[in-house]
Amino acid sequence: MNGIGEYLDVHSTALEVRARRNKILASNIANAATPHFKARDIDFQDEIRRAAGSSKSAVQATDTKHIQASLRGPTADLLYRDPVSASRDGNTVEMNVEQMEFSENVIRYQTSLTFLNNKISGLMSAIRGE
Amino acid sequence: MNKIDNIFDVAGRSMSAQLVRMNTIASNLANAGNVSGTEETAYRAMKPVFQTTYANQFEENGISTTEVAQIVQSDRKPERIYMPSHPLSDDDGFVYAAAVNVEEEFVEMLETNRQYQNNIEVISTIRALMMRTINMGK
Repeated sequence: MNGIGEYLDVHSTALEVRARRNKILASNIANAATPHFKARDIDFQDEIRRAAGSSKSAVQATDTKHIQASLRGPTADLLYRDPVSASRDGNTVEMNVEQMEFSENVIRYQTSLTFLNNKISGLMSAIRGE
Repeated sequence: MNKIDNIFDVAGRSMSAQLVRMNTIASNLANAGNVSGTEETAYRAMKPVFQTTYANQFEENGISTTEVAQIVQSDRKPERIYMPSHPLSDDDGFVYAAAVNVEEEFVEMLETNRQYQNNIEVISTIRALMMRTINMGK
């Protein structure tokens, strides 16, 4: 018997990772003029895989004395962006790249949101039985 | 002090930093034509130094923003102009013009404007996303 939470799992995880990535990209844009700032990003696929895998293959605590392993790793793998053309002041934020990544991320966030909405309305109509 | 935990803090702080930059540019441009009697008292362009501020849980959420660490005076030398009739001129008849490069300031003004707009763009996009997320399932 799977709960409703599990039914929505993939998309809610995707939404979470997209939201985290939005924050990182916003930080890059905020630091576009700061010398020596290195643009950061996360690999969406890796993060999804980590979030999805951790709920299944996490270490099983078979004894009460076992230390519970945390299901979801708290830290994302923050990577550094490889600049197309680096600037002299050591800043690797390229406004065009960041803007493109940001808008792509926003669109994908909205996509996940739409999927969630569809799933929820499907559930609702199943519950109502209309 | 270091309380940055959402995108609004990130963009807000970055925008205040850009605003400080805009203020220095305005001051520099306002003083661009000024002359002074000695080299020491001549106006020198002010420049803000930007610095990255990381959130306390940076390794977890990757949030960082920018702020003005300090404001320095540029080391460009004031221009020495021969103007004996000027009331401020020194014994040799020279005055010292403010060390401001107007073209440079204009370019910086445009860049500051762009950065500010980018931050606003981020905020309005995120706000729309948040509204859509709140209305999820309706």
